[in-house]
Amino acid sequence: MTSPSHSPRLSRSAYLRIALASLAAGLFKAFNANKTSWIGLAVFLIVALLALLAPVIAPYDPLDQNILNRLKPPSAAHWLGTDYYGRDTLSRILWGARISLTIGLMAIGSAMVIGTLIGMIAGYFGGRTDLLIMQVMDVLLAFPSLILGLIVVAMLGPSVANLVIAIALTAIPPFSRIARAPTIAVKNREFIEAGHALGYSHPRLMFGHILPNIAPEVLVMGSLWLATAIRVEASLAFIGLGVNPPTATWGGMIREGFENILDSFWLALFPSLAILIVVFSLNLLGDGLRDAVDPRLKGEQ
Amino acid sequence: MTAFILKRLGFAAITLFAVLTIVFFIVRVLPGDPALAILGDQASQAALEALRVRLGLDVPLYQQYVAFLGGVLVGDWGISMVSGRPVIEEIIKVLPATLELTIASLILGVVVGIPIGVWSAVRRNKLPDYLARIGSLLGLSFPAFVSAVLLLLFFSIQLRWFPVISSGQGGSLADRLRDLALPAINLGLIMAAYITRVTRSAMLEVLNQDYVRTAHAKGLVFAVIVWRHCLRNALIPVVTVVGLYLGILIGNSVLTEIVFNRPGLGKLIVGALNQRDYTMLQGMMVIYTLIVVLVNLVTDLTYGLIDPRIKYA
Repeated sequence: MTSPSHSPRLSRSAYLRIALASLAAGLFKAFNANKTSWIGLAVFLIVALLALLAPVIAPYDPLDQNILNRLKPPSAAHWLGTDYYGRDTLSRILWGARISLTIGLMAIGSAMVIGTLIGMIAGYFGGRTDLLIMQVMDVLLAFPSLILGLIVVAMLGPSVANLVIAIALTAIPPFSRIARAPTIAVKNREFIEAGHALGYSHPRLMFGHILPNIAPEVLVMGSLWLATAIRVEASLAFIGLGVNPPTATWGGMIREGFENILDSFWLALFPSLAILIVVFSLNLLGDGLRDAVDPRLKGEQ
Repeated sequence: MTAFILKRLGFAAITLFAVLTIVFFIVRVLPGDPALAILGDQASQAALEALRVRLGLDVPLYQQYVAFLGGVLVGDWGISMVSGRPVIEEIIKVLPATLELTIASLILGVVVGIPIGVWSAVRRNKLPDYLARIGSLLGLSFPAFVSAVLLLLFFSIQLRWFPVISSGQGGSLADRLRDLALPAINLGLIMAAYITRVTRSAMLEVLNQDYVRTAHAKGLVFAVIVWRHCLRNALIPVVTVVGLYLGILIGNSVLTEIVFNRPGLGKLIVGALNQRDYTMLQGMMVIYTLIVVLVNLVTDLTYGLIDPRIKYA
């Protein structure tokens, strides 16, 4: 005589709540296991905030040329000096952060979604599907990512959207690998078997039950790959395949600064430090978290 | 063993074929007409047609594909659209410079990375460990061109220890070494950062095992335990990572060659991209694929040398 309200089925929103809560708890635990992650997160958030506020806090227009004031060393008026066209280096670094972070976040966001989906499908269905998918991913993985990015950008033309596509393409195979392994581990657990017995559909099991379990690992790798994405974007810009000038990009600034390196070293130095700070903070963040979520290292701390 | 090698060779051949197919179609969908790119806007229609015929661009796509695959096999990789010389000749001309650089950095990476990694694992959660961990994390945070620019700034421009521009073809051995030093240090230190990290985590796993405790119990000297027993068992993941790192190493060598203005594959590919030299680009991708497939094969085979327990079933 059970009333419908006692049904074991949970509503969709309840699922979501539980999944998000367990994910948050997992990440919080991971953070606390390794304190350096907090430092990495704090530095990264500060950089993100500065990028967000660039239009407000940048002392000059990043594109404003002032020929009379070019190649000036750091001073009170221009904290980080001016470049060949007399543009303010600090303002260009702040605006450049927006390009780096936008491209990095969009590329890694999409690679994370697509790669995780591919990896989950491979791991969940196993057998031939798995073999075929992972074979293709291995071939893609074998190819040097910078060269792949180079060719894709040269092919499509340097724009924010195309850089996102190029970088996302190189990051999909690693995410599929990262998602596949824990999917295989989780799919053999009792609660998934129980789900099968209850007649749950494949998508429901995959998204409702497996995904929340593998999400922490995928997110942690996301922060490490965001670091890589920012590095690759800067590298492409340095080669001359970044967002077109005069838009300020860190890699592009170093490229321009490199041409004047003998007399105005600060032009290359400051954007280099900017890249280093962001990439290092993300690596610090991801590295600490990885130790915490890696099952092989559990109980180590 | 033979069966294993054959299986790996088979897989390498499939990978090679798959990547070559992708390369062929990527190069074909690049926008822009190669003939137009070579001859310029002023060229007559007849001249353009003639060049297309000479480049083999007039025949159907599948025929171009078959010709391409056949050409790769016999070492005919086409003629550079810019220089007019065979692609394979141009590549072979600069390949030694790139190999010299990557091998030197690999050696440096191993020589620096493995001892630090072992030391860091043995002195776990002590000061050396923290320093090694922060240092290696910093090392792999450097985009190769950033570290290259900083090295150049400091050692060549401030201290004037090394030439600002290395030719890569200096006359004497001393000249060559001077040219090689900074680029190799740049790539080698990044490599060392990766090797340090993986050596450390592999050593940590091995150090906790029962046989290590047994060795302690029977009074074996700690250094012997670490260097002879543990390191050997920890080397497998290190070799794997070195193999996986190859893709990054290739990307980094491109950036390093550009900064130090060294001849090599990196400068060749960037030049080919800027000039839309399609056949050269295609050849570059073929050579990179060959290198990657070959190194993966060697990595797999190395496992057996390190660990005799691995049976090549």
